[in-house]
Amino acid sequence: MEKEVILYPEQYELFEKPLKSSLTRRRFFHLMGGGIAVALTISDGIAGAINGEDPLADDLIAAWIHINEKGIVTVYTGKVEVGQNIRTSLTQIVAEELRVPVAAIELIMGDTSLTPYDRGTYGSLTTPNMSPQLRKAAASLREVLIEMAATTWKTSAGSLKAADGKIVQSSSGKSLAYGELTKGKKILKPVNDKAPLTPSDKWKIAGKSIPKMNGKDFVTGKHKYTSDLSLQGMVYGKIVRAPAIGATLVSVDTSKAKSLPGVTVVEDKDFVGVIAPDSQTAESALWEIKAEWKVSPQPSRDNIFTYLKENAQAGKSENTQGNVETIFASSKNVLTQSFNINYIAHVPLEPRAAVAQWEGSNLTVWVGTQRPFGVQEQLEELFRIPKNNIRVIMPDTGSGYGGKHTGEAALEAARLAKATGKTVKVVWTREEEFKWAYFRPAGVIEVKSAVSEDGVITAWEFHNYNSGSSGIRTPYSAENQKIEFHPVESPLRQGSYRALASTANVFARECQMNDMANSIKIDPVQFRLKNLKDERLKNVLKATAEAFGWSKPRTKDHGYGIACGFEKGGYIATAVEVQVTSAEVRILRIVAAFECGKIINPRHLKSQVSGCILQGMGGALFEAVDFKNGKIINPSLANYRVPRFADVPEMEIILVDRPDLVSSGAGEAPIVAIAPAIRQAIFDASGKTLNQLPLIPNGLKA
Amino acid sequence: MQLQVNGKEYSVEVSGNTSLLSTLREHLALTGSKYGCGEGVCGACTVLINGVPVRSCITPVGSTQNKDIVTIEGLEENGKLHPVQQTFLEEDPFQCAYCASGMVMSAVALLRRNPSPSRQEIVDSMQSNVCRCCTYPAIVDAISKSAKA
Repeated sequence: MEKEVILYPEQYELFEKPLKSSLTRRRFFHLMGGGIAVALTISDGIAGAINGEDPLADDLIAAWIHINEKGIVTVYTGKVEVGQNIRTSLTQIVAEELRVPVAAIELIMGDTSLTPYDRGTYGSLTTPNMSPQLRKAAASLREVLIEMAATTWKTSAGSLKAADGKIVQSSSGKSLAYGELTKGKKILKPVNDKAPLTPSDKWKIAGKSIPKMNGKDFVTGKHKYTSDLSLQGMVYGKIVRAPAIGATLVSVDTSKAKSLPGVTVVEDKDFVGVIAPDSQTAESALWEIKAEWKVSPQPSRDNIFTYLKENAQAGKSENTQGNVETIFASSKNVLTQSFNINYIAHVPLEPRAAVAQWEGSNLTVWVGTQRPFGVQEQLEELFRIPKNNIRVIMPDTGSGYGGKHTGEAALEAARLAKATGKTVKVVWTREEEFKWAYFRPAGVIEVKSAVSEDGVITAWEFHNYNSGSSGIRTPYSAENQKIEFHPVESPLRQGSYRALASTANVFARECQMNDMANSIKIDPVQFRLKNLKDERLKNVLKATAEAFGWSKPRTKDHGYGIACGFEKGGYIATAVEVQVTSAEVRILRIVAAFECGKIINPRHLKSQVSGCILQGMGGALFEAVDFKNGKIINPSLANYRVPRFADVPEMEIILVDRPDLVSSGAGEAPIVAIAPAIRQAIFDASGKTLNQLPLIPNGLKA
Repeated sequence: MQLQVNGKEYSVEVSGNTSLLSTLREHLALTGSKYGCGEGVCGACTVLINGVPVRSCITPVGSTQNKDIVTIEGLEENGKLHPVQQTFLEEDPFQCAYCASGMVMSAVALLRRNPSPSRQEIVDSMQSNVCRCCTYPAIVDAISKSAKA
């Protein structure tokens, strides 16, 4: 019988929940104060409701822009900043259309009481979805202001234009600042689809390398991440953790901890925590709690790949065409391989953190998360109170990489705060982050393929066990295909990661592509081009090969590798040069071309691409979560190696600008091609085929 | 306990084995120094003690009495950014920027010791600072530029 795999919040990208609350025009101006606003509705059909008093369901509004009576522009979006620098890119887009400097705009992000509902900041959705919507809203707002000035001056809108935060009439020299137009008004308009957008070749602010918003706050240490917040009367909370995954609490003795000055112990079934005036005292109190746990046998890393295969459900077809078996039976060149993918950790440098405060039946939580509205729902479920009583605020956070879809620290802080009546801060230690957050899934991928003598892929069979179905289909033409995903109930907590599951799928696919090319002695770039239809992928592949000098003479003893892939509208090809000695593998050079449509901020885009590739290098070479019988055995940065300065080779990033295409996100796709490129380069230099991620977990030796 | 931080005298009531980082963050409201690993290997908590870069998360506060402690908050002089801060601001290397304070403090210490480091010397010296967003190339550029400024 098929067992249903349970979906946890960190696997939220796979499902959606219905929404409950609503917004009216009255509530809107109660929140915002007077002025003019344009709200972006998801469907044009309900846009008319904005002008009336009919409640407008939250999920129908995507964002809004408001200009107050002083002319200050505020953009409200449920998207959050975790280091992708979208605070900057979204500001640029709005500034461009509204004809104001970036400094005149404030973005309110991820505050459940102020910003419209948003499912979460993941899946590279902000740039392709939120950015064009805000662009339209800003253009609409600009047109509203022009209309208002035209009415004031009893002239035609056509004779007016917006510039520098004013509406001006060049013929008369008259001008009205936005604040003068918005004074005493309470106007809420839907987006006007006819408002003309500024073509990208006329962009003055968008498309430029505008520095990070509030950049000075970050180089001076003034920016307040969640873990930096300090509220009046705030205390520090810590939670008693189980010794292993799957352990249950049998008994607990908290008497000694309770006797410590300033310490309060909270006990609620399996949840045992403490609060204290400072984190050191809270930590000391934890040591005084004697808990007895019942542990149960759990899988270990030693047997994880066997475990995944043995516990897999029946394969779910992701694509079936033709008949692969017939082709395999009659083909000369058939290649069968299996790839093992280890669990890896996100390791956001700021661990999970939250501050919770109850005022009567109202709860306010500050938390570092990619899904503030998701955390609000988690809190709603935990405390069984109306969502409107819960406010979740998300300060710009110390990164996530898909690892912060949940609100663990928020739930813990809120439980401690509720039980003690205090404002409580919970900041996870690095060890807690390694042990109790979630991981990129481990997996087994089996690939079998057939290729003709002249390099045409004729059959392609692909089975992924547990590591996810995203990016599982092949962009290469193969007339006969059988692609299946086999879900497993993972022994370790697993969830989203940069580029979802495609790091694993692209790794296996691209390794197989390189190996097939090797087996029939065709150049891997030519082999790909021959089997590819997608022009965008072909273009980045060609651009990378060209910049790398793929067909130029090579250094003897060096290894060369290349791979490509795509995810969420971003196209990447990565080439590497390595040196393999008896002692180590050295990555000497990385060249990558990336294309994600029209570029909004070249400097920040380059940073995303380069950072993504280097982070991917960690997962390619050495990152792996080690675990034995339910215990994570490398839960520290000293034992879980992440890329550092000395790991960075010579790098060249080529940004392919496509003004004709909609801008897409860049935080995911660039990570996918580095691992297979390195693996091919190691093979080229040493003849070794490494079929696992990480490739060289035990140090640098191949 | 008496502490001298950013040129100011502070009196705090903590046990001597409390980390300097917790003391700065929780008792002196100086939250610019960050917690990243708790074992002195990520550099997010870097401060200068008598001019030497130190991992404040593994430094017992008791050992820092009567010493000159400088945190990221103490780099500005008369409202003017330290030249290293200024260059980092202009070069704009960061993504989430959680590592920024530690990077700036480590860079300040490096440039005091070696005013014109080579790229390799920068890499060697910064090796114990982690940027999980992996903005390393841009940080090396920013430090190189600071050295030339």
